[in-house]
Amino acid sequence: MGEATLPDGWVGDFDLYDPAYLDEPSSVWRAMREGCPVARSSRRGGAVLPVRHADIAAVARDTATFSSRALEATGPVPRPGNELRMPPITSDPPRHAGERKVLLPLFNRAAVAALEPGTREAAAALVDQVAGRPTVDAADAFARHIPIATIAAMLDLADDDVAQFSTWIVQFLKEGPRDQGARLAAIASITGYFTELVRGQRPVGGGGVVAELLRRRDEESLTEDQIVGMCFLLLVAGIDTTWSAIGSSLWHLAAHPDDRRRLAAEPELLPTAVEELIRVYAPITIARVANAPAEVGGCPVAAGERVLLPWAAANRDPAVFTDPDLVVLDRARNPHLAFGLGIHRCLGSGLARMEIRVALEEWLRRIPEFELDPDRPVTWTGGNVRGPESLWLQIPGSAP
Amino acid sequence: MRLTVDPGLCQGHNRCTAVAPDLFDIDDEGYATAIGDVPAGSGELAQLAVDNCPEQAITLHRDA
Repeated sequence: MGEATLPDGWVGDFDLYDPAYLDEPSSVWRAMREGCPVARSSRRGGAVLPVRHADIAAVARDTATFSSRALEATGPVPRPGNELRMPPITSDPPRHAGERKVLLPLFNRAAVAALEPGTREAAAALVDQVAGRPTVDAADAFARHIPIATIAAMLDLADDDVAQFSTWIVQFLKEGPRDQGARLAAIASITGYFTELVRGQRPVGGGGVVAELLRRRDEESLTEDQIVGMCFLLLVAGIDTTWSAIGSSLWHLAAHPDDRRRLAAEPELLPTAVEELIRVYAPITIARVANAPAEVGGCPVAAGERVLLPWAAANRDPAVFTDPDLVVLDRARNPHLAFGLGIHRCLGSGLARMEIRVALEEWLRRIPEFELDPDRPVTWTGGNVRGPESLWLQIPGSAP
Repeated sequence: MRLTVDPGLCQGHNRCTAVAPDLFDIDDEGYATAIGDVPAGSGELAQLAVDNCPEQAITLHRDA
């Protein structure tokens, strides 16, 4: 837990990619809560940044004033009609409810339970590869492959396409926020692929979400653009979010041996511990765009301005959580907002919970002892998703 | 004691059923309903479900 300090000029013109914020955003949020709880910036497309739970919740709930049409944390706010559409997350009422209803059953408990054995098998195979090595980048060799395998199974994609997805996702999510060319190229590749699937120009596995959406196309009056956008959403929202949460959890356990030993010894704590780890390390900062002049936490917001919702900041608000910066693996009262709040609550939250739980369970079962590699400190991604870009761990007892 | 879920507020986080699986039903779309009367001895669990709902959609009626 760093000292509560603000980078120079933060409140009036923050940079979401400020090294201090990337490294430890919670100390910035703490300092803001004590001083000015809403910051603003003209950089990277401009944004307003609230950090109090009450302010973040108020924006999330006011879907009439704050549109979901553009969710990117950085970059120019697109003109209406020019957004990348990924229904239902980028839709506002009244269109949103029907689109969400189509997808909800595909993410229910039965659907998630059906995917669990495959996720466990993938996790166990990855741990097998890693377990013999003295050092490993757990973000690259473990965390990121779990959601890729799970989402590919969910879409029922051909095995040969899975590696390609990984490349597109990295291009879109990691390079995209700072490289508009890479972002547009990735969007074109992904959209092109799904368009071919939807048009029947590529084979579609019969057991997946794509096939299900095609089957329901007529009864739900879905357009080709809607189906392609929904597939795009699964890919974008379901992969580096979960891999970041798995990576942050392993980072925490590597840095906190007491928590690591306890969780390895008491795996029955995992469901509660997962909630706590995602409370503290909630990876997502989502954006809204004001439809009209408005107010956030007492600060004026102009029509067309972006408002950022860093869910982890809400989760660390002492007004709602006792000892908010402390990880308490068996925290009983935990109404966290890691999956958002209101009508856009993460559709895949049950899926993500399963993946994180299974990943940690399989890792700890085989690798109960591990620590951070002091020679290769972790670097964090920023923007919409925060997590370890690389996570070098030492595994004692492995052959050198 | 009676437990109720406001269907206008529930967004399907499923935190209630995670902490108190016997006190809630979850439908096919993930939305929760409470079983209603809280069995004797389950009051604390019911309160835990209330406390874990991010949407504050659950109410425990202690005098009902």
